[in-house]
Amino acid sequence: MASHSESRFPWKHLVGFIFSIVLTLIALWVGLYSGFSTKMIITFIVILAILQAIIQLFMFMHVTESENGKWQTGTMLYAAFIAVAIVAGTIWVMSFGMGYMDHKDMKDMKGHDKMEMKHDDSGNMDNMDMN
Amino acid sequence: MEMVQNHDPNTPLEYQSETGRLNILGFWVFLGAEIALFGTLFATYFALMYRTGNGPTPGELFEIKGVMIETFLLLTSSFTCGIAVHEMRRHNKKGLMIWMIITLLLGLGFIGFEVSEFISYVHEGATLKTSAFWSGLFVLVGTHGAHVSVGILWVSAVLIQVARRGLVPATAKKVFITSLYWHFLDVVWIFIFTGVYLTRMVISHG
Repeated sequence: MASHSESRFPWKHLVGFIFSIVLTLIALWVGLYSGFSTKMIITFIVILAILQAIIQLFMFMHVTESENGKWQTGTMLYAAFIAVAIVAGTIWVMSFGMGYMDHKDMKDMKGHDKMEMKHDDSGNMDNMDMN
Repeated sequence: MEMVQNHDPNTPLEYQSETGRLNILGFWVFLGAEIALFGTLFATYFALMYRTGNGPTPGELFEIKGVMIETFLLLTSSFTCGIAVHEMRRHNKKGLMIWMIITLLLGLGFIGFEVSEFISYVHEGATLKTSAFWSGLFVLVGTHGAHVSVGILWVSAVLIQVARRGLVPATAKKVFITSLYWHFLDVVWIFIFTGVYLTRMVISHG
């Protein structure tokens, strides 16, 4: 059972708040001013977002607290797995052969579409235009 | 009435009854389902990310300033909400009320900025039916905004109960559950900030 260990001053919350502000500012800087490659930036800011989620869960939401702490943590891990499977799985399937986020490949794909248009008159190809 | 349990006086109010403990565990399970819901909306958004058709592109309309203000409002509201629960655990009803009301005001500020952001998109010619991209964006960000709006109403209702009935296990449990909901909305927003706005700006810049 959660013991009543809260001190008079809410240090845990203050530290969590400062961390979340700092992580947001780092994400902003990395995103707009760092000049790293697009893939690296996106990997980095996604890691920062996951860190922020962990801070919220532990510093603010007390996820491990109470006699049900293990079940709560397990539920969150399971839900995170489901979310990653849905998001990553969808991006993977929907971008199959499209060179997602890679403009060189996109140009190739456009050329590829024109070739396919000859065989396929479904009319959907106009919508495939990226950007 | 709930069965009176023999508990240690150090146990926070919201965990003192069996109902309270089960409701809180149940709410965590609900949050798991919410993660799956938002995961699906994120997946839709990412799949439609480049399908802007003939409509405006997000690179033209996104503005970092408004998004940063929204982000800081919500991050701060999550913090003040945490302080409110901290005060509740010190049996300080007044502190709980004050910090929760600050949380609600920050939440209202967030909604205000989001509504004006949506209005400006519509003025620029980006509506729900402009393109697949804008449909995905409005549905994802709008679902989050609707959750925040519901949260504001829900927290207000719980605060009225606390004011009337005082801090007892039944009301403390409700305050604690609404605080979990509020922090969860902040987590979702962090992913919207990162995955929608920041990522898009990186791609437009790069």
